[in-house]
Amino acid sequence: MLQLKTTPFHERTSALCQPRNWRKWAGYFAAGSYEHTLDREYWAIRNAAALIDVSPLIKYVIKGKDAAALLHRVTTRNIHKMSVGQVFYTGWCDEEGKMIDDGTVTRFDETTFRLTSAEPNLRWLMMNAVGMEVEITEVTDDVAALSFQGPNTRKVLNIVAEKPVDELKYFRMMKNKISGVEVTISRTGYTGDLGYEIWMDAKDALPIWDKLMEVGGDYGIAPVGILAMDMARVEAGLFMLDVDYTSASHAWIEPQKSSPFELGLDWTVALDKPGYFVGRRALEREKREGSTWKMVGLEVDWVGMEKLFAGVGLPPQIPGMAVRGSLPIFVGNVQVGYASTSTWSPLLKKYIALAHLQKPYFEVGTDVRMEITVEHHRQHAPAKVVKLPFYEPEWKKK
Amino acid sequence: MTSNQYDAIIIGGGHNGLVAGAYLARAGKKVVVLERRHIAGGAAVTEEIFPGYKFTEFSYVVSLLRPEIIRDLELPKHGLKILPLPSTVTPMENGDYLGAWDDHDLTRREIYRHSPKDAEAYDEYARVMARAAKAIKPIINLIPPDPSSLSVKDLMGLLKVGQFAANLSEKELYAIAKLATQSSADLLEEWFEFDALKGTKAASGIIGTFLGPRSPGTAYVLLHHYMGEIDGAFRAWGFAKNGSGGVSGSILSAAKALGVEVRLNASVKQVIVKNGRAVGVALENGDELTSKVVMSAADPKRTFLQFVEQKHFPDEFVTALQNFRTRGSSGKVNIALSELPNFTALPFKGKGHDSALHRGAVSISPSIDYIERAYDDAKYGQISKRPYLDMIFPSMIDPDMAPPGQHVMSCFVQYAPYDLEGGWNDAKRNELGEAVISTIEQYAPNIRKAIVGMQVISPKDIEAIAGITGGNIFHGELLLHQIFFLRPTPQWADFRTPLKGYYFGASGAHPGGGVMGAAGMLAAKEILKDGLK
Repeated sequence: MLQLKTTPFHERTSALCQPRNWRKWAGYFAAGSYEHTLDREYWAIRNAAALIDVSPLIKYVIKGKDAAALLHRVTTRNIHKMSVGQVFYTGWCDEEGKMIDDGTVTRFDETTFRLTSAEPNLRWLMMNAVGMEVEITEVTDDVAALSFQGPNTRKVLNIVAEKPVDELKYFRMMKNKISGVEVTISRTGYTGDLGYEIWMDAKDALPIWDKLMEVGGDYGIAPVGILAMDMARVEAGLFMLDVDYTSASHAWIEPQKSSPFELGLDWTVALDKPGYFVGRRALEREKREGSTWKMVGLEVDWVGMEKLFAGVGLPPQIPGMAVRGSLPIFVGNVQVGYASTSTWSPLLKKYIALAHLQKPYFEVGTDVRMEITVEHHRQHAPAKVVKLPFYEPEWKKK
Repeated sequence: MTSNQYDAIIIGGGHNGLVAGAYLARAGKKVVVLERRHIAGGAAVTEEIFPGYKFTEFSYVVSLLRPEIIRDLELPKHGLKILPLPSTVTPMENGDYLGAWDDHDLTRREIYRHSPKDAEAYDEYARVMARAAKAIKPIINLIPPDPSSLSVKDLMGLLKVGQFAANLSEKELYAIAKLATQSSADLLEEWFEFDALKGTKAASGIIGTFLGPRSPGTAYVLLHHYMGEIDGAFRAWGFAKNGSGGVSGSILSAAKALGVEVRLNASVKQVIVKNGRAVGVALENGDELTSKVVMSAADPKRTFLQFVEQKHFPDEFVTALQNFRTRGSSGKVNIALSELPNFTALPFKGKGHDSALHRGAVSISPSIDYIERAYDDAKYGQISKRPYLDMIFPSMIDPDMAPPGQHVMSCFVQYAPYDLEGGWNDAKRNELGEAVISTIEQYAPNIRKAIVGMQVISPKDIEAIAGITGGNIFHGELLLHQIFFLRPTPQWADFRTPLKGYYFGASGAHPGGGVMGAAGMLAAKEILKDGLK
């Protein structure tokens, strides 16, 4: 009774999870990693095929004549422009234009959609659906999901799936079959690499896992936990609710809230779309007047950091995983923002961070300094504002 | 037609030549890199010897590639990925094994299984070695100081001036002094009792030298190899995506993007000297290229004794180069496999996809005596009957190295002396291949039937294909009298040479071999410092 839920893949993931480092994710157990170090899992994402159990994602099926109208009203995207089989990434805001949550919208047919979110949003959706002909069902437990990420994933899917996935474009979805079982496959992910998400009925979870692992063996497949994914998503410049921003519905004070513009989601805010949507007026104003904050990429200057550590006779010591902790950012002696996630990038051989900076310091090329702890002492390491994402392989969208 | 006039000509398109070219082009110079073969990369090449099977033919691991080179040249954008090589497993003659895993506790428990005392000593040993490596590592990036004020015995003095070394206790300085003079066997026997542990550790003290674990000076080589391990979370030991050709391929791509011209099949006949200055090169095909400076990234013997007429150098210098030790002692056997070799000490079921052993190195080094015996054969001009082997399975680390379900295996083999009694020929090459296969067979009986194709590379082949005189993988042994300010010769360790306008930046220069690129980068920086004058 006092147990967290387990996902439909638990029988497999629990047998493989050597360090037993379960994390809580939306009330479920999620494997932190499957091995004692993250290297192999990280590189499975970047060089082979990573199999990640993302079943804890909260999922809603939104169905009915007014389903599109509801999503058009709640999210910042122009849902009426969305074709069947398309997937949109989107945030959604409160009336003040501040982000509540973010996720993907998939259009199955004219009147059926799936929405994913990090936190429960049923009440918010219902409140916005007053008077609409729409049915909202949470399917989190019924739909198992695997994120399958990495440059070799297409080759594996082409073997295991009934229909080839070669034609499946970035942010599109297809119905398919694996081992005779119906699945939907979307060209989406949270790693910034080539990747797919496979959605299936919870009862079909294990045979699909087994098939992918069996065939994927020749392509370097590895089960991957959320710790390695966390490093990859920072490289991809992707943020996370409750880590990199606070939901407007949970914030205690105004400064804790963020607008989509402040999070770099300008491209998802369709101010040209017809009709009302939640937060429209505030977002229009912010667009006109400009944002006072912005989430940017920071690259810590390695030589500068090395010097700080050398000062106490140490080689640079930074954690080999993503750190979800706030680090102050300075220009001169004035704090101008904070980093919300920082990580060593094994691929770029750089120490990078997602940071929130005040105007005008968020311009690309700005020299700032980030607080690091050197042998118990707080020091400022030189860093530079860079364009996001930090890493984008050519095959991500191809 | 391309103009044949350049700011800088680089002889040799190996990783050091390409790094130097890229750094010079980055400073706005017009640079051409001349490569003798049809592909660039030198000893860091990957070739598809059998269709679908890619062999990282010569060098096969990356440890010391300078991170600043990766960042400065933006190599990840050009495809560089250094994949982890997380373990070393040593199968033993009694059917057991010793594993060193990427988790400290796992490794400690594993050594404990064989010797509780060694498990404890291992931690302390690792700390002492790491401190010593850390003290020496900054020197890798130093331009060797003016040697005229230093003698060989001042090596300790040189170490002392290092910023890090200043923090070392007397005990640690003592440890470094020992490292500089001892044999790896003596060093390891002070610490450990378990044979397979000592054998495996000793093996890294002989790689690339024509010495055995009981020869003095090998403890330093052990330390040199240890340096790759001190970056902690940044884990420097690895296997590059697409093998070592992936490293040079990314540098080549970066160099080209920076405007470097790379000419393939451009074999250099001679450096053109006018008024006591290098002013260009003449190619074997008759072409002549002119430039303000010429840098050689070839081995020291070719650089100084072949490309330039000896009259341009002082006699003493020529003699020193003639005496430079470049004895090749190792070969390489690259094998295409239909299935993974299944080691009886740690067998896998199914196809072995989840076999931890095959993701890292497998070392045939059951004891110090085993390796010393292998050396005994070599001392007298024979191939080791039971050689030391360092094996990796590239297709298990980068699945794109072989067709799906198939594998490639890379075996570094020592000793295979360059000066083999009777000389190298096909029969001797077969003998080397057979020594390797029959050795592996003792531990993994299925190996022979799994072989789809095999390439045996002797030191003579390293010389003939990669163009390294003597076939020494470091362009010259990493002996104490051939490092730092003594590399390649006592007078000329700062990348300049007695011939004006002629520079030297390769593995045979400071700081030495391994795919690290430091010599190329440092030489380019010295060339720029001199203002191409």
